[in-house]
Amino acid sequence: MHAAIVFLPLVGAIAAGLFGRWLGDKLAPIVTCVLLVASAILSWIVFFDVAIEGHVRTIELMSWIDVGAFEVNWSIMVDQLTAVMLVVVTTVSSVVHVYSIGYMSHDPHRPRFFAYLSLFTFSMLMLVTADNFVQMFFGWEGVGVCSYLLIGFWYKKPSANAAAIKAFVVNRVGDFGFALGIMGVFMVFKAVTFEAVFDATPDVAGQSFSFLGMNLDIMTTLCLLLFVGAMGKSAQMPLHTWLPDAMEGPTPVSALIHAATMVTAGVFMVVRLSPMFEQAPDAMIVVAFVGATTCFFAATVGICQNDIKRVIAYSTCSQLGYMFFACGVGAYPVAIFHLFTHAFFKALLFLGSGQVIHAVDGEQDMRRMGGLWKKLPITYAYMWIGSLALAGIPIFAGYWSKDLIIESAFVSDSPMGGYAFWLGVGAAFLTALYSWRLIIMTFHGRPRMSEHAFGHAHEAPRVMWVPLLVLAAGALLGGLPFLGGIMVYHGGHEFFGHSITILGENVIELAHEATPFWVKALVLVVAASGVAAAYIGYMWKPQIPGLLASNFRPLYKFLLNKWYFDELYDWLFVRPAMRLGHGLWKVGDGAVIDGLGPDGLAAATLNIARRARAMQSGYLYHYAFAMLIGVAVIVSWFLFRAWG
Amino acid sequence: MTEWLLSLAIFLPLVGAVFIISIRNDDKAVVANNARLTALWCSLIVLVVVIAIWVIFDSGTSEFQFVERRDWIPAYGIQYYIGVDGISLFLVVLAAVLTPVCILCSWEAIQNRVKEYMIAFLIMEGLMIGVFCALDFVLFYLFFEAMLIPMFLIIGVWGGPRRIYAAFKFFLYTLVGSVLLLVAMLTMFFVAGTTSIPELMQHGFPPDMQRWLWLAMFASFAVKVPMWPFHTWLPDAHVEAPTAGSVILAGVLLKMGGYGFLRFSLPMLPDATVFFTPLIYTLSIVAIIYTSLVALMQEDMKKLIAYSSVAHMGFVTLGIFTLNQQGIEGGIYQMLSHGIVSAALFLCVGVIYDRIHTRLIARYGGLVNRMPLYAFIFMVFMLASVGLPGTSGFVGEFLVFVGVFQDNTWVAFLATTGIILGAAYMLWLYRRVVFGELVHEDLKTILDVNRRELSYFVPLVIIVLVMGIWPDPFLGVMHASVENLVAQVQPAIDMAHAAGN
Repeated sequence: MHAAIVFLPLVGAIAAGLFGRWLGDKLAPIVTCVLLVASAILSWIVFFDVAIEGHVRTIELMSWIDVGAFEVNWSIMVDQLTAVMLVVVTTVSSVVHVYSIGYMSHDPHRPRFFAYLSLFTFSMLMLVTADNFVQMFFGWEGVGVCSYLLIGFWYKKPSANAAAIKAFVVNRVGDFGFALGIMGVFMVFKAVTFEAVFDATPDVAGQSFSFLGMNLDIMTTLCLLLFVGAMGKSAQMPLHTWLPDAMEGPTPVSALIHAATMVTAGVFMVVRLSPMFEQAPDAMIVVAFVGATTCFFAATVGICQNDIKRVIAYSTCSQLGYMFFACGVGAYPVAIFHLFTHAFFKALLFLGSGQVIHAVDGEQDMRRMGGLWKKLPITYAYMWIGSLALAGIPIFAGYWSKDLIIESAFVSDSPMGGYAFWLGVGAAFLTALYSWRLIIMTFHGRPRMSEHAFGHAHEAPRVMWVPLLVLAAGALLGGLPFLGGIMVYHGGHEFFGHSITILGENVIELAHEATPFWVKALVLVVAASGVAAAYIGYMWKPQIPGLLASNFRPLYKFLLNKWYFDELYDWLFVRPAMRLGHGLWKVGDGAVIDGLGPDGLAAATLNIARRARAMQSGYLYHYAFAMLIGVAVIVSWFLFRAWG
Repeated sequence: MTEWLLSLAIFLPLVGAVFIISIRNDDKAVVANNARLTALWCSLIVLVVVIAIWVIFDSGTSEFQFVERRDWIPAYGIQYYIGVDGISLFLVVLAAVLTPVCILCSWEAIQNRVKEYMIAFLIMEGLMIGVFCALDFVLFYLFFEAMLIPMFLIIGVWGGPRRIYAAFKFFLYTLVGSVLLLVAMLTMFFVAGTTSIPELMQHGFPPDMQRWLWLAMFASFAVKVPMWPFHTWLPDAHVEAPTAGSVILAGVLLKMGGYGFLRFSLPMLPDATVFFTPLIYTLSIVAIIYTSLVALMQEDMKKLIAYSSVAHMGFVTLGIFTLNQQGIEGGIYQMLSHGIVSAALFLCVGVIYDRIHTRLIARYGGLVNRMPLYAFIFMVFMLASVGLPGTSGFVGEFLVFVGVFQDNTWVAFLATTGIILGAAYMLWLYRRVVFGELVHEDLKTILDVNRRELSYFVPLVIIVLVMGIWPDPFLGVMHASVENLVAQVQPAIDMAHAAGN
């Protein structure tokens, strides 16, 4: 059964990918959908089996790489942490598959699209079921490639191709750290399975080794290297630049890969490696810092974007920041809880915005929307539910998880606790602000598009909005105790068993007990005032944002241009690499090596020959051969002298 | 009982070549066709023989197997002495796999002097297998040198417009190296009194002499690999060579450098190997970063892949000189993987070159619109070249990284940047050639890969995936031989450490 969960999507991918021509445009999507739904149902069965019965198991499939001590198996490990990821991945993926039947109905390359989606799901499942670093890396790169293929799915668009390459290469920068981390783990532990490494971690804690000529703490170094990988995949500063561009892909892809699953792999990794991170307090501080900073930074950019998908993309970036600083203060179960609820409401928001884009003929700029709520009542309701959950309004899923993250940061004694807490609160305000800005700009006010386009706007077909009921239910109920809540009850320890290690004080329990009332109130107040600010700024007094933008022009420009990260990287890495490449080619290879080497040799020989005029056969190789003999004689002389 | 199998694999292609010489007919087309068919069948039989050797091969021992030993020039103790171990076996397999592929991909592309072309390839195959089997230094040198001739002819006769320049550059570089190798060989003969490779491995040359011998051999092998800065012959040779020439060049010829290090430098000159490891590390790192950057700026597809070859072979030399189990096996695996993947990438270029007759990247774009199957195949090899887990490229590359990291973290750190640059230039190449709108007029009628092309692409795709997912049949066979090799070098490492402390 466990193997079926992982491999059914692969079967679907092969069926649609290689035999898509035989299956046809109608059947190929259906085959992949059926297989995925089956995988999702099995996942829920396994989830209850693991969560309630505690049946944790590892299935070894076969040996992969086995060289000396470096032994890696293909395997499927299902513990509590994996079980949560399994249901998240397969459920959201099923919904996205079914939704895509409607969304992609006019696309001529449907079988290819569904093959990629299923292949992505397979890779993601291999990632979360890995029992060793290398298989995790396999899934890690696998989802990266699928993301690359899907962002560039509309291959005729140059912007989509550019975004796809950017996503892959920036992720590779992260993988560079991940790969070095794995090498380091192997060097220190002589093993790459989680079990062996985690067992030996306490013995290694506090020791140091030589890395890049410096004497560094082993656990801190390894954790930071691995965390670089997590930053790339989960779009944390400063490796976040690929995520907003990734919105070039079809919207279901954004929902599945760039919101619910792949980008959360970094969070999953940190939680999976909690036994290591717990032994590396300095690395934890970095995790909390990066998470909190990204969480706030992305929210500030989110309020200035006009592309509906980019707003949600920055929001994803920001929510991932919440998850990371939860990890950083030691509240791993809450990070996973937020990952769980976020997957539902964020996928709902993306697919909802997909319905909007679908309705207005591919328009993504919110400045050319407005007034759509009457035309799209169901979508409107979905977007409200999603936004309520995202903003952390009570009873909705996001409230339970986000609230607890902020409280955990508050009670934590981590040096970054205060920093994370205040930035988290600030981001909560901005989250509510940009969410309602989005709703108001899209659905309210007067329509800012052509009469014709507005007249044609229509609600999505049933195959699209019905599956979203699952996500809406998740966004509504996902936080309630009987579903998501069990993860954080009793400090999360009982549910997660041995899959998460917490060494210090349990911040979640502390948060349950010791959070002062004003903190709980503050979180609610900032969320509510964010909503209120959006209403004031975009409905009652629409002139305010314009005034703010013109009065604080540099700040507005700074935010609109996403803190100029792209420009910085272009200037710092891309252009120099190009210039260097060109220089090395023309000067290094051309002028220096060839000039002094063969071409120079030939020229010199010809020159000497022309002067000598003694041997004038005129053939290049005669001269070259003469020189060779000379070289050989010299070397022989040295050799024999050294020997004799 | 099976000792004749290797000789069969070496001489069968030569027999096939003789057969082709004897084909005579007034109709040129008939001659050409018979030559092609004879060459194809001959190379396929060799492939079967070689696979049989692989199957019978006993992976439990590091001894040479299928050994055949006859006196040849008794006055100097020179013998016809051949055999394979876990290191050379797969290089033989690689040569046997790629030769039929070469013949198939030249089926229509080569129209003049078909007979001579096929003869050249069959002779080449025999010599390539011979080089990897030879256990006598003189025999090795003979094969090693003789191989230059058919390759030189393939580039010089069937090559592109600048073929003469490229052929001479290729010839000059390799010849300089070879001459020095000859000097080293003679010296070793005078010192040790034998040309038997297994005996030379046991001899133990004095350390200061080892360094000179090592440098002389290095000159030869570094050119072959090719290591920076001896690499500039490779892009020119590739660009001018016909597709099949590039396939053999990238697939097998470059491996002779790596093989030479493994067979000669490491076991025979362990002290010098340890002494010169920093040099190899430096050159490899420079190769990886330098040529990756250069590859980024190429406008010619073949040149780009040629530069990427130099970078990938940098991982090979890096792995070999880690002198530990993971690194060396990774290096060998990377050689095999690169042999298949870069050969396949050159074949991919060949497919569109045969149709449009240009290699300029800017002349393509949007091929996926007309050639979906081609786009898929190219994608697989492109990702394998990038080192995606699940393809052959990952296993070798990652083992090399793991091996290097244990020895030197700076080197590992710098080498790993290669995975970023590699992704950049390959994805960018793929995007410019395959994605986008079909703009150029002549591409609007281009045809997708045909059955003949599929007949070699499909097996190569399967090999790349199997090697990525289930490397055991390959790695398992190497273990014993590599363990033995590591044990041979270990005393030298320990001594260097002791001296260092």
